[in-house]
Amino acid sequence: MIPRLFCLLLAWLLPAGLAMALAIGQPLEFASEAQQRQYDTLVRELRCTVCQSETIHESNAELAADMRRRVHAMTLAGHDADAIVAFMVQRYGDYVRYRPPLQVNTWLLWASPFLLMLGGVLVWWRIVVGRRSMAERPGFTAQERAMLDRLRQADELRRS
Amino acid sequence: MVAELGNFALVLALCLALAQSILPLVGVRLDDARLMRSARFLASGQFVFLSLSFAVLAWAFVAGDFTVRYVAGHSSLDQPLLYRFTAVWGGHEGSLLLWVLLLGAWGVAVAGFSDSLPREMLARVLAVLGMVGVGFIAFTLFTSNPFERIVPGLQDGRGMNPLLQDPGMILHPPLLYMGYVGTAVVFAFAMAALLGGRLDAAWARWSRPWTTLAWVFLTLGIAVGAWWAYYELGWGGWWFWDPVENASLLPWLTATALMHSLAVAEKRGGFKVWTLLLAIVTFALTVLGAFIVRSGVITSVHAFATDPERGVFLLGLLSVTLLGSLIVYTWRAPRVGLGGAFAGYSRESLLLANNVLLTVACAAVFIGTLYPLALDAFGLGKISVGPPYFDAVFAPLMLPLLLLVGLGPAVAWKQANPGETFRQLRWALLISVVAGGLWPLALGAWRPMTALALMLATWIVITALQDIRKRLGSARQPLPVRLRKVMRPSFLGMHLAHMGLALVVVAIAMVNTYEVERDVRLAPGQSASAAGFDFTLQRMERMRGPNWEADQAVVQVARDGHAVARLTPQRRYYDTHAGMPMNQASLDRAPTRDVYVSLGERLDGDAWSFRLYYKPYMAWMWFGAILLALGGLLAACDKRYRLAGHRVTRTPHEPVAARPREVASR
Amino acid sequence: MTLRMLIALAATAALLGLLFMGLGINARDLPSPLVGKPAPPFVLESLEDASVTLTEQDFIGEVALVNVWATWCSTCRAEKPLLMELARGGIPIHAFNYRDERETALRYLSVSDNPYRTIAYDPVGDAGIDWGVYATPETYVLDAEGVIRYKRIGPLTRQLLLDEVLPLIERLRAEAQRASEARRGAPT
Repeated sequence: MIPRLFCLLLAWLLPAGLAMALAIGQPLEFASEAQQRQYDTLVRELRCTVCQSETIHESNAELAADMRRRVHAMTLAGHDADAIVAFMVQRYGDYVRYRPPLQVNTWLLWASPFLLMLGGVLVWWRIVVGRRSMAERPGFTAQERAMLDRLRQADELRRS
Repeated sequence: MVAELGNFALVLALCLALAQSILPLVGVRLDDARLMRSARFLASGQFVFLSLSFAVLAWAFVAGDFTVRYVAGHSSLDQPLLYRFTAVWGGHEGSLLLWVLLLGAWGVAVAGFSDSLPREMLARVLAVLGMVGVGFIAFTLFTSNPFERIVPGLQDGRGMNPLLQDPGMILHPPLLYMGYVGTAVVFAFAMAALLGGRLDAAWARWSRPWTTLAWVFLTLGIAVGAWWAYYELGWGGWWFWDPVENASLLPWLTATALMHSLAVAEKRGGFKVWTLLLAIVTFALTVLGAFIVRSGVITSVHAFATDPERGVFLLGLLSVTLLGSLIVYTWRAPRVGLGGAFAGYSRESLLLANNVLLTVACAAVFIGTLYPLALDAFGLGKISVGPPYFDAVFAPLMLPLLLLVGLGPAVAWKQANPGETFRQLRWALLISVVAGGLWPLALGAWRPMTALALMLATWIVITALQDIRKRLGSARQPLPVRLRKVMRPSFLGMHLAHMGLALVVVAIAMVNTYEVERDVRLAPGQSASAAGFDFTLQRMERMRGPNWEADQAVVQVARDGHAVARLTPQRRYYDTHAGMPMNQASLDRAPTRDVYVSLGERLDGDAWSFRLYYKPYMAWMWFGAILLALGGLLAACDKRYRLAGHRVTRTPHEPVAARPREVASR
Repeated sequence: MTLRMLIALAATAALLGLLFMGLGINARDLPSPLVGKPAPPFVLESLEDASVTLTEQDFIGEVALVNVWATWCSTCRAEKPLLMELARGGIPIHAFNYRDERETALRYLSVSDNPYRTIAYDPVGDAGIDWGVYATPETYVLDAEGVIRYKRIGPLTRQLLLDEVLPLIERLRAEAQRASEARRGAPT
């Protein structure tokens, strides 16, 4: 509830005192706009592993700065996004990816929204069909109603 | 000595809550009116003692009683008075005290505004609220007591986290907690209805305004949190899909679903069991949220100092809530009727679709939030689920919902004709498609998702306006009468809230697509440009505040050579936390864009790093959020609910005394 | 109806159980995917002598510890007596001096004990990223072939040494012994 309490790291992680400020450093140079885009995307999808829950783009932790620098350097060296992510995963595990990879232990995660939606549609369908048939039960068709009316009239005639 | 008084008051409040959770139920059982009535006095008494307890803690902060551990840990003498007061809820213990205080306030409100409820019902509602109170007051008292002393006391405190010394902190927690705690009232109504076996349209009618009110606070709380993150903290974002943010979104989603299903329950007697479940789940989700925030089970930037003991206690509360309500439900729910029939195309079926979408969205966020924990618990790996996942999953679920928002109010209850709807709304459809297609062109890149979102937002606004106009024009009465009829608060409230949602959608679509963010290096006299704006650093200066020093940049913003604004972003160093500089962003708002500058670090020489932002349509988000809340408030205040209450008051035991007001208002 | 209620009950119990298990795990226990992989290559100056270049080969050869430390890290100081004991006990300890000033680090070592056999100077955390360092202190156990067999994020404790690190070192040494005997034995 307290918005974005910064990297309140455990004591042993703390250098002299952790900046609570934004990570705004020296502006970076890129060889092309595509490289810039790749960098901008990657820093928003990699997790600062020592922080509570932040991307390396947001975090002002030193490790995040190192990781940004590495992403920048690898981008400049012509590595593509997959290679850079793979590099980070090799060192920090899948934990470093905010976009979980699709693999054995995450297929349920990625499939669940679709499964849920499917289930939701089925439930909707079942309820609607149920209620509709309920609507039909007590009602009569026009023909039936006409017949009933005729019966009733005949009845009254007979009685009178 | 005074702190002990606060502690004592809290203990008394716990005793009263305990009595409140038992006596009224005994009263119902024995059909003893006095015992049932006692609930109201107990609720008031509980609130009085909670207020006393809260006042004592606040006094300890204001007076600077640093022999109290919590005060010493969260404030210091140099803090401005206002922030010494808000520091009361600046940490775990005090925020819990605020939580239970607000719970007490809701209890008093329910006791006070429910003259119209049958006394058994009221007794049960207050008893359930009493139980919730027992849980949370005991949690405060036994695991997180804010009145604990330290010996020897300190001369000065450690100071509040600078991040929290901010106007956002004044509003955000109280509003959000009001919402959270409000869901307890909704839960109490549901449980009372179950216990009494009285799950009828009247129940829906009674709990509707309370649900809407809780939802209003939840909405405002979340919106103020977003605004705080966006404006004050200089992050430039307003939503990060952090586990704790998700924890506040989950009950919001189910509460939204609940408001809509309550409409069906009230108007058509349908979805009652489902509505009941939603009410229970909504409250359970707020308890789960408290668990997530306060147990440390999931890492989050928002987490409080954590303690497994607290986690166990909260988990106990959650278990009692879930299992208890499940048992009561199993025992009682089968008696509930099904409600009226409806066709495949009717307002009921659309509201059902609304509920399905909201529930699925809620479940998806829930799974995304807890999935890493589940993997970890079973040793199946350690992963992170973050914004890329939630963005990918959430948006596709919300888009059809937006379509329904415009469609629903135009479709008749029970049975409707799709052809008829189409004829009615074809112009609205055409206008939205055109607007959605052209609007993005005016801003730059055309992206299908953006166009679709803008189309749906337009669709919502146009259909809402059309519906209002239709009401205005249909009656053959003089305009003032027609106005009064159209301005029926619940009708207008619904459309206001829907239009507010549309504005929020526009803001999200625009910002996500067209925002510009640029890091630059500026020395005094230099300038840089972003999104067509030129930013010139005029000078750097040193500022002194009450308990901080700051580097402040004076940045002139111009467009096409014309000055637009003068921004003064700061980098603050609080005396108590000198090693943690804080960003104070500075922004210039206009109806269709914000320009926004954050000051970074000092680079070589006299140059500094800056982050420049161009945020299109951000103002729409805040205005939209206000409309959402305002719409909810209007709907909750609809007199209809109060009148409806009076009619069902007449239980045989209680002859209705002359009620001139009621008669007059008929 | 009852079946549905049973399912709901089971789901609720499962959720509560999961959350309870969650309380037991430390969310900050971070994965160490490098365990089982060869020590990542690096090229750094030696802390003591800028003209000497160290690579991962200087860390490899026998079962050894690699410790990541810095003078600004107070827990590193707290953990050093343990490292001294290990070093005196004959376990080679290599180190990365991480994000530090050379002067400060050398002065610090000159006034206190130095448990390290070789110290690679990593002022900007370059090797830190390659080695997947989260934060100081961190300790790796390398086997004789230079494969990372263990990693501890955070300070070592006596308990940890007795329970995990020392038994592992003993086992690795025995393995190395057997391997070298096998190699010696094979040609004959």
